[in-house]
Amino acid sequence: MTEKIILAGFGGQGMMLLGKLLAQTAMIEGKYVTFFPSYGTEVRGGTAVYHLIISNEEIFSPLIEIADTLIIMNQPSYQKFKGMLKPEGLLIVNSSMVKVDSSVKSKVYKVPATELASKLGNVLVSNIIILGAYLAIRKLFSADHIMKQLREMLKNKKRELFTTNKQALESGIKVIKSLK
Amino acid sequence: MKQLLTGNEAAAEAAIQAGCRYYYGYPITPQNELINYMAIRMPQVGGTFIQAESEIAAINMVYGSAAAGGRAMTSSSSPGISLKQEAISYLAGSELPCVIVNIQRGGPGLGDISASQADYFQAVKGGGHGDYHLIVLAPSSVQEMADLVYDAFDLADKHRNPVMILGDAQIGQLMEPMEFSKKPREVFPLKDWALTGAEGRKRNVIKSFYPIKGQLEEFNAHLQKKYRTIREHEVRYEAINIHGADIVLVAYGTSARICKEVVKKSHQSEFKVGLIRPITLWPFPEQVIKTMSERVQCILTVEMSAGQMVEDVRLAVEGKCPVHFYGRTGGGVPTSLEIMRKIAEVVPSNLIDKVNRILPLVEVK
Amino acid sequence: MQSLYKKPKTLIDTPTHFCPGCGHGIVLRLIAEIIDAWNIRGRTIGLAPVGCAVLAYNYLDIDMCEAAHGRPPAVATGIKRVHPDHMVFAYQGDGDLAAIGTAEIIHAANRGENITFIFVNNAVYGMTNGQMAPTTLLGQKTITTPSGREPLNYGHPIRICELLAVLDGSSYLERVSISSPENIRKTKKALEKGFKTQREKKGFSLIEILSPCPIYWRMDANESMRYIDEEMTRTFPLGVVKDWEHKN
Ligand SMILES: Cc1ncc(C[n+]2csc(CCOP(=O)(O)OP(=O)(O)O)c2C)c(N)n1
Ligand code: SF4
Ligand SMILES: [Mg+2]
Repeated sequence: MTEKIILAGFGGQGMMLLGKLLAQTAMIEGKYVTFFPSYGTEVRGGTAVYHLIISNEEIFSPLIEIADTLIIMNQPSYQKFKGMLKPEGLLIVNSSMVKVDSSVKSKVYKVPATELASKLGNVLVSNIIILGAYLAIRKLFSADHIMKQLREMLKNKKRELFTTNKQALESGIKVIKSLK
Repeated sequence: MKQLLTGNEAAAEAAIQAGCRYYYGYPITPQNELINYMAIRMPQVGGTFIQAESEIAAINMVYGSAAAGGRAMTSSSSPGISLKQEAISYLAGSELPCVIVNIQRGGPGLGDISASQADYFQAVKGGGHGDYHLIVLAPSSVQEMADLVYDAFDLADKHRNPVMILGDAQIGQLMEPMEFSKKPREVFPLKDWALTGAEGRKRNVIKSFYPIKGQLEEFNAHLQKKYRTIREHEVRYEAINIHGADIVLVAYGTSARICKEVVKKSHQSEFKVGLIRPITLWPFPEQVIKTMSERVQCILTVEMSAGQMVEDVRLAVEGKCPVHFYGRTGGGVPTSLEIMRKIAEVVPSNLIDKVNRILPLVEVK
Repeated sequence: MQSLYKKPKTLIDTPTHFCPGCGHGIVLRLIAEIIDAWNIRGRTIGLAPVGCAVLAYNYLDIDMCEAAHGRPPAVATGIKRVHPDHMVFAYQGDGDLAAIGTAEIIHAANRGENITFIFVNNAVYGMTNGQMAPTTLLGQKTITTPSGREPLNYGHPIRICELLAVLDGSSYLERVSISSPENIRKTKKALEKGFKTQREKKGFSLIEILSPCPIYWRMDANESMRYIDEEMTRTFPLGVVKDWEHKN
């Protein structure tokens, strides 16, 4: 098993945390994992891109040339990275901010993450909603394991934040389940 | 316990574990995670953290702390390392142990912030003035970054010589599971040459100025003798599959990771690719390369530069087999497919068929 | 129809890379407006810093030069000696000018170089993700002063205008801010005065501009402007620090 995921969005959309949660969980489950932020030039603004590889075998290059999965949070990232998905790959988009065109032939899941997050009262958890969707599709890890890591990462933060994140994860899972 | 850390953070924490209590730095991408980590961590262990006004100030603070007997470190990336060169020459000339981390980025000039290996010459050939050498260590994983930084402090003290860790933007920012397996250092070698106040002993002077005719030559002879000892005892490298290999790759750091993929894929075919990965870039593992060159058809050096280490490979090989080069510059990272194509281009004609059979194995799927 | 607000000719029509609410864009626009109004595009040479404004040459349609981090005063000196009658200005951040480039700015001032320095003080290293700058306020939290800057470990905020004022070579020094439309107008006046100082060959001029970095101040744009007025100006009082026209 090797899963190559490209995560991309605006700076503040929490792609770092999403990737770290998956990477941390993979590590604890004894998988090989690399997580690499791929910046553009030394300038501000724009998109944040992360390359995450999870595998049962040693990982050589942490750079992804062709992705198994694309997780895309905003339109500029979609335009920039859609070409990197393999034909039978998986595309998960934050449909509150991304319009998918007909050029993409792979399986597409549209999750209105920003909207759902606002409904939960915190737009910042849109990343966790997307994570929930990803887990429900790929089933790489159980939601419980992810929650455990999240609890660990948020241990110095307010309790409500954890509760909102938990709801966010569940709401992401639900979106996918309701499709099936 | 395994942790998920960036190479930069792993380097910082390993320094703390090795007993480094004096860190001086100046922000520069892509090594910011290192200085940022030190800003938080040094005060926790009662150490000194100073964000200096420049790289020049930072390395001279290292010079001071090293002269005073402390374990001191600075880190930067290419343009900042260029600024430090004068002081690095002084450190070598005053035989002061310290650790300097270079998370290389693209050059020349302001270049960019992506991974590069274009500071090889500067690191191993003496970037500053005078006849001197740094011990240069090149990690190719986050784990190895931590291990080598820890060892670097011991090597520096053992030989009274500055040690450079030559990483790059990829190793610095990559997160991988790693572990601090070595015991935190609490006992340090005696430094009877250090500046501690001359109470009850002859005074110590730290300097590199030898104005009286003959003295400087004598001092240089001493340095060269020390460098010979380091050459004899401190060479480190990793060799994979070099026995019976049709071609051997030579690569370090990030490039070596990708070469390993080619080596691994070649297991599935009858065309055998080997790899020598220098871990010490100075002293360079010339002996193993020389011996191996007598047995293989050709060598391919892979770097993220326009061709720097390849010169040392050629010196080691002394013309015994052809040495080819594949490089990417300006943020380009070689892919396994590119390396395979280059192999196909350079192998002697009797091997072409074998190579063509393995090419499909490295096509990205 | 009369147009009241349009893009200065000297400002290139392209999206900038600055974060929302950043002050750099405002300052660059003011420079462009003055170059237009004075009609000096053909005789002006600018220096871009290494900092968030590194790409200034993508926004200003004039001859521009990059310099190593902190070295614009030295590079500008070299340029000015070749073109003594051109308008030469250097645009620098606080890390660039007041940390790594301290020696260069002091000696350019001391030589009385007939150059205009535009010093954007945002009290932080923007480009490298928000570390302490020499101008970071006491108590201000940055990545490298996680519990706030305290003088014992991190020193005091440097007041560049006051520091340069004691040098006989400096001619015009003023501190302004861009926290309100009124203050932006004052900033433009100060920039004009800097260029005038140079045109009349009166020597070294520097305009220090208090400017927001909402991203690394971790504030929104409005809060940032308030922070300038209520906090920054207490350490960095606005006003003329030295003026060759009004010696007292
Ligand atoms: C020799 C050297 N050291 C460090 C850097 C990294 N660096 C780029 S910009 C910068 C400081 C930016 O701060 P400032 O000058 O205040 O400008 P701002 O981004 O805040 O506008 C640093 C340290 C570099 N490019 N070159
Ligand atoms: S980091 Fe700060 S100074 Fe840099 S562009 Fe963003 S707001 Fe402006
Ligand atoms: Mg600044």
